[in-house]
Amino acid sequence: MIHSLFLINHTGDIFLEKHWKSVISRSVCDYFFEAKEKAEDPENVPPVLYTPHHYLVSIYRGKLFFLSVIQTEVSPLFVIEFLHRVADIFQDYFGECSEAVIKDNVVIVYALLEEMLDNGFPLATESNVLKEMIRPPTILRSVVNTLTGGSNVGDTLPAGQLSNIPWRRAGVKYTNNEAYFDVIEEIDAIVDKSGTTVFAEIQGVIEACVRLTGMPDLTLSFMNPRLLDDVSFHPCVRFKRWESERVLSFIPPDGNFRLMSYHVSSQNLVAIPVYVKQNISFLETGACGRLDITIGPKQTMGKMVEGLKVTIHMPKMVLSVNLTATQGTHTYDLTAKVLVWDVGKLNPQKLPNLRGSLSMQSGAPKPEDNPSINMDLKIQQLAISGLKVSRLDMHGEKYKPFKGVKYLTKAGKFQVRT
Amino acid sequence: MNGSLSSLRSEAVGAMRTMLVSAESLQLTLKPELSQEEQALTHTSSKAKETHKARNEDLKEMLESNKESLKLEAMKRIVGLISKGKNASELFPAVVKNVASKNIELKKLVYVYLVRYAEEQQDLALLSISTFQRALKDPNQFIRASALRVLSSIRVPIIVPIMMLAIKEAASDLSPYVRKTSAHAIQKLFSLDPDQKEQLIEVIEKLLKDKSTLVAGSVVVAFEEVCPDRIDLIHKNFRKLCNLLVDVEEWGQVVIINMLTRYARTQFTSPWREDAMFDENNEKAFYDSDSEEKKGQADVKTYIMDPDHRLLLRNTKPLLQSRNTAVVMAVAQLYWHLAPKHEVSIVTKSLVRLLRSHREVQYVVLQNIATMSIQRKGMFEPYMKSFYVRSTDSTHIKTLKLEILTNLANEANISTILREFQTYVKSQDKAFAAATIQAIGRCATNISEVTDTCLNGLVLLLSNRDESVVAESVVVIKKLLQTQPNQHSDIISHMAKLFDNITVPMARASILWLMGEYCERVPKIAPDVLRKMAKTFTVEEDIVKLQTVNLAAKLFLTNSKQTKLLTQYILNLGKYDQNYDIRDRTRFIRQLIVPSEKSSTLNKYARRILLASKPAPVLESAFKDRDRFQLGTLSHSLNIKTSGYQELSEWPAVAPDPSVRNVEVIEPVKEWAPSVGKAKQSKSEDKFYSDDEEKEENASDSSSSDDSDSSSSSSEESGSESEEESNEESEKTSSDSGKSSSESETEPKNNSKKATRKKKPADSDSDESDSKASSSSAESSSSSVSDSDDDSEPPAPQKKSNVKARPKVEVKSKKEVSLLDLDDFSPAPMNAPKPSVFSPSLLSDLEGLSLSNVSSAMQVTTPSFGPMKTFELLHHMTGKGLSAKYHFPRQPCLYQPSMVSVQVILTNGSDHTLEEIHVGDRSPASLHIHCFNTIERLEPRASVTVSMGIDFSDSTQAANFQLCTKEDQFSVSIQPAVGELLMPSTMTEADFCKEQKKLLGMNETSATITMTTANTSSQTINKQVLSVANVGVAPSSQNNFHRFAGRTVSSGALVLVSLELKESSSALLTINTEKSIMASMLLQDLKQALTEA
Repeated sequence: MIHSLFLINHTGDIFLEKHWKSVISRSVCDYFFEAKEKAEDPENVPPVLYTPHHYLVSIYRGKLFFLSVIQTEVSPLFVIEFLHRVADIFQDYFGECSEAVIKDNVVIVYALLEEMLDNGFPLATESNVLKEMIRPPTILRSVVNTLTGGSNVGDTLPAGQLSNIPWRRAGVKYTNNEAYFDVIEEIDAIVDKSGTTVFAEIQGVIEACVRLTGMPDLTLSFMNPRLLDDVSFHPCVRFKRWESERVLSFIPPDGNFRLMSYHVSSQNLVAIPVYVKQNISFLETGACGRLDITIGPKQTMGKMVEGLKVTIHMPKMVLSVNLTATQGTHTYDLTAKVLVWDVGKLNPQKLPNLRGSLSMQSGAPKPEDNPSINMDLKIQQLAISGLKVSRLDMHGEKYKPFKGVKYLTKAGKFQVRT
Repeated sequence: MNGSLSSLRSEAVGAMRTMLVSAESLQLTLKPELSQEEQALTHTSSKAKETHKARNEDLKEMLESNKESLKLEAMKRIVGLISKGKNASELFPAVVKNVASKNIELKKLVYVYLVRYAEEQQDLALLSISTFQRALKDPNQFIRASALRVLSSIRVPIIVPIMMLAIKEAASDLSPYVRKTSAHAIQKLFSLDPDQKEQLIEVIEKLLKDKSTLVAGSVVVAFEEVCPDRIDLIHKNFRKLCNLLVDVEEWGQVVIINMLTRYARTQFTSPWREDAMFDENNEKAFYDSDSEEKKGQADVKTYIMDPDHRLLLRNTKPLLQSRNTAVVMAVAQLYWHLAPKHEVSIVTKSLVRLLRSHREVQYVVLQNIATMSIQRKGMFEPYMKSFYVRSTDSTHIKTLKLEILTNLANEANISTILREFQTYVKSQDKAFAAATIQAIGRCATNISEVTDTCLNGLVLLLSNRDESVVAESVVVIKKLLQTQPNQHSDIISHMAKLFDNITVPMARASILWLMGEYCERVPKIAPDVLRKMAKTFTVEEDIVKLQTVNLAAKLFLTNSKQTKLLTQYILNLGKYDQNYDIRDRTRFIRQLIVPSEKSSTLNKYARRILLASKPAPVLESAFKDRDRFQLGTLSHSLNIKTSGYQELSEWPAVAPDPSVRNVEVIEPVKEWAPSVGKAKQSKSEDKFYSDDEEKEENASDSSSSDDSDSSSSSSEESGSESEEESNEESEKTSSDSGKSSSESETEPKNNSKKATRKKKPADSDSDESDSKASSSSAESSSSSVSDSDDDSEPPAPQKKSNVKARPKVEVKSKKEVSLLDLDDFSPAPMNAPKPSVFSPSLLSDLEGLSLSNVSSAMQVTTPSFGPMKTFELLHHMTGKGLSAKYHFPRQPCLYQPSMVSVQVILTNGSDHTLEEIHVGDRSPASLHIHCFNTIERLEPRASVTVSMGIDFSDSTQAANFQLCTKEDQFSVSIQPAVGELLMPSTMTEADFCKEQKKLLGMNETSATITMTTANTSSQTINKQVLSVANVGVAPSSQNNFHRFAGRTVSSGALVLVSLELKESSSALLTINTEKSIMASMLLQDLKQALTEA
């Protein structure tokens, strides 16, 4: 199982190490640095590496590498999933998962890592359970702590780990009982040059924020559950109930959590909310190129498209751009060669347009391929698949909770080839 | 050096400052000292080491102070040091003193330190041991657990015996959390001292039997680490693990699934046989008796999946919906390695879903899909578009997707794929573009229809501006041409033209090789190319030089007139090359081709040697050989055998004895953990009761012949299957799994069973269809009725849902009553009615239960019921046509636990309709009776069964009451036999003996009886005893000893019956109970029954 963990920043400094079995020298990371060197881009570092005596499994998140050392056979996904869970917990505790934050809270981080694994095997990975043992820092508490010298290690012993519902702590109390569900759908699509959809599918998640007193038992049902092609659940959801009745029945964890994620099959026709008319060309002679992009609404179901953003990774030889936008702002990162056009709201009456010229390194050959366009967008109050929550019922508790459902459609990996 | 020192120093200074601040805020008097230190630090960098030491001194002081907050601050900083990998070992003595601190925060930090440095400071670490030993006895489970955790993490060999002791004790701790910790400790101890293996295996064996979901995952990890080859330890726990799996925490699920995969490959036969007739209808094999199952296996022609094999597949399937990607992958590999071929595809969807996850997850999942897609294209073909590459994917993800797309290519989709590839070739990521070209090459060789198209496309790429693309194309074209060289001389000449512009050595070498190989097709161009090469020979790369030499030799053989001089020139250049390979090759070639006196023999064959036709290369997937590893493993990911990798064995030709997995019925231990959720709670209760029921059922099984067996077991089945069915209904709509078909194939023999089941409402509470269901079941079960007529009728274990006050209209003779009841029996919970919300999960739990118990029934010597006695309550002569009979169904009464349930069958023997049948006055007045609801009408010749509850208060005094119709009143009385006032109770032999010891003297009644030898088999004895008294069979290790245990219904007093067989057919019958009157009566009854029989 997991032997040791090293946290490494993007410049290659090991700033935290933790061993769950005997100590392994940090020189083992040299193999990793070698691979990192070779890969250039940190994203390209292979997640699984081997060295003569150890195996290294790493993830890259928030400009940090979480590198774990393995000595014997174990499912690599097991380790990867766990490392991501560690990063999630840090995020949950400190609001972000960065080197500075981890260094500031090193004692809490250490206490967390200590509780999360025993002898390399995950012990407590539920944030609800961990928070009972180790309290997350708040401004007030950190002030108190500096005065009293206390840390955030809880002095009560958790009960959650022992119950049959490990994800929920006992004795939750709220004055305002509320349960909010966000249905968030992302459109993954590849649109080709001519505007035809090569591939499109919808990935959805239901994020929940449940603050309910006691031990509520919730049932969430949909108007059209047949839409959902493939689902995965938080462990609290009862599989059998879903299989037989297509409703989500669960005792929720306290606070924010992802209730389910689903997939709407690519067999269904996916509505593409916008179209992009583009023309990017590089001239054979003279070191310049031309760019002209127009975005217009396609199938928006009568809703406003917001947060429209276009990102283009330009070829290396594009030195600078000289563009004018009818709407929004655009920036060009000279070192990363990334053009970002922040459009904002899409006005169907006056379509946003970006046009101008690109200046290129002289003498360099014309790029083979036009860069593809990545789109970002948001549509409030719409689930593009048409999924609708029909009702939420609560059993087990007497009070009436405040309930709410929000829908949001976003562009996921939405790419237009040019 | 300087830099690192100064950074160290500045860090130290920073730390000093923070400490100063806190010290100030605490108004301590430490300040002067500190500022001195600080000065020393800021001034000279050369003293850094010294100050570092001084700093630790300082920490030591803080640790030794009396203030808890100072200690805590010091420990925090020490943890900071540890986390940075700095050495803090010299503080050990100061830290270890605080191990017994009352402050939990401080204690935890000390533990962190201790675990890190104990190995280095073994002697000092021993000081802390006694603290842990004390904590191991703490009443708080968390303290016990954490003490064990730390104790076992201290890697000091000298405490191995202490650890061993602690582990053994913790393994039988009441708290599952402590037991879980002990499972972890096993591995730690094993890595510290492998000699303890044998003892540790014992502990593992014990923990494997644990029923807690908390423990299951951890103990399997320990098993995998310590004794993965002791597969025999799993047998008895296999079914339990399968049934618990859904409730185990996610990390445990992964290891259990992986272990079970390995296990299944050794225990079951292959479901992949060519001729295998897939008996999807294995539900049958599942529930049917052992003998039938064996018969199926002996029959080689038809493959019947072992029920346990099916159980494993079925119970892992829902986990495909887990949010944990490792769990999904584990299930996917389990299906890949264990499921029949046509079922594997259900994992596809879930695997594709994982591609939405993090980059690293995608990487591993794609690797596995790549391996799978080689063998099973069809599985992933519908999802082909999910593998389309995006420009934002990282390089290794792109390459893997490309690999999969290539694997999926076939005649039908090749055009789509090639179009997609065309986009990729233009990618800015040149390494990826090159990989795409290779992929196109592979498609071209695999699918002959598109070879020409691909080749033309590749030739077009030769004019690409990017060199690496061109080079890759050349290499691929070379390989393609080799497969069919005849028609393509124009391509070769085209390449010759390009030759001058290509600089990549590999590509140049490839072209040269092509020239040489097909020089006869391009007779004019080849010598010219050689001429050019002669000019540039010295500046070429080695690989190009070698091919030049080759080309020269081949041309010399085919066209010596033009090239003789050129060849000699090149050979001379090669002779003095710096590279010895080239010198070698030149020498070899010279000897071979240039005719001289000595080498004449070789010379003759030169042509055949150099211009032999070469086999075309096969373009293969890089994942071709990965399938030797179990999917989802580290080994598979790295394509090397990692340490600790367990080979997946081949399927055995003949399955090992499946009965090893049978388990005895053990009284389920109540979960210790406080059950918070209602669902869980009710579950454990269900377990409790349904076990008992099952036992009763089994009793009837063995007593009756096969036919009635099927009918009685149907009751058991109907419950669990009704759940099955509701599942299936939903499944039918979803496209996957052949399960739905299995239903329809149910063998004809079970038709009756099925019919009843169909009619049965899923929710046992719904009473609207009660009468309908019973009448229809009466019809459908008629066949089995006639069969079982001569058999002793098993008493009907009835369900509360049916026993509801609502009466049933009976058309047939009363004999069938019990049968009907049986059919209606469903193992829904016995106690308070559950909210219907929980029913599906409940039933599923029960489903699991019934599985394991079916098997146990086969093995355990099952108790049996004697014939059910029906007593006259009211004769139709006295009742003016109304007759009533009653019997004791022997099941817990619904209305009140202290009541005995009685079933009364009312028949209208008159020729007019009777109305308003109800219970009137009763005597004694204190008698508690739960009456049946008034029956509004009873038609002539019809009969109805109603149930009542009567509290006899543990006495055989008759309950007198009046049975009233609209016109008349009849006094009736029910006199219970003493045996009916009991409830069976389950206990182990040890408990039995213990209880028996408490009930000696006054509470013991015994008699010696004489029995005929024919009746001394345990079967008969059980049957006889159970016919008299409603008791449960307690296990007995001695053959000549039979034990039965029960409780009185009202007061719950224990009644223990033991029968000791002596020589010459005499036996000692002993009854131990507080109720001495009951004892003597029971003794009388039993004596009679046993001697008579």
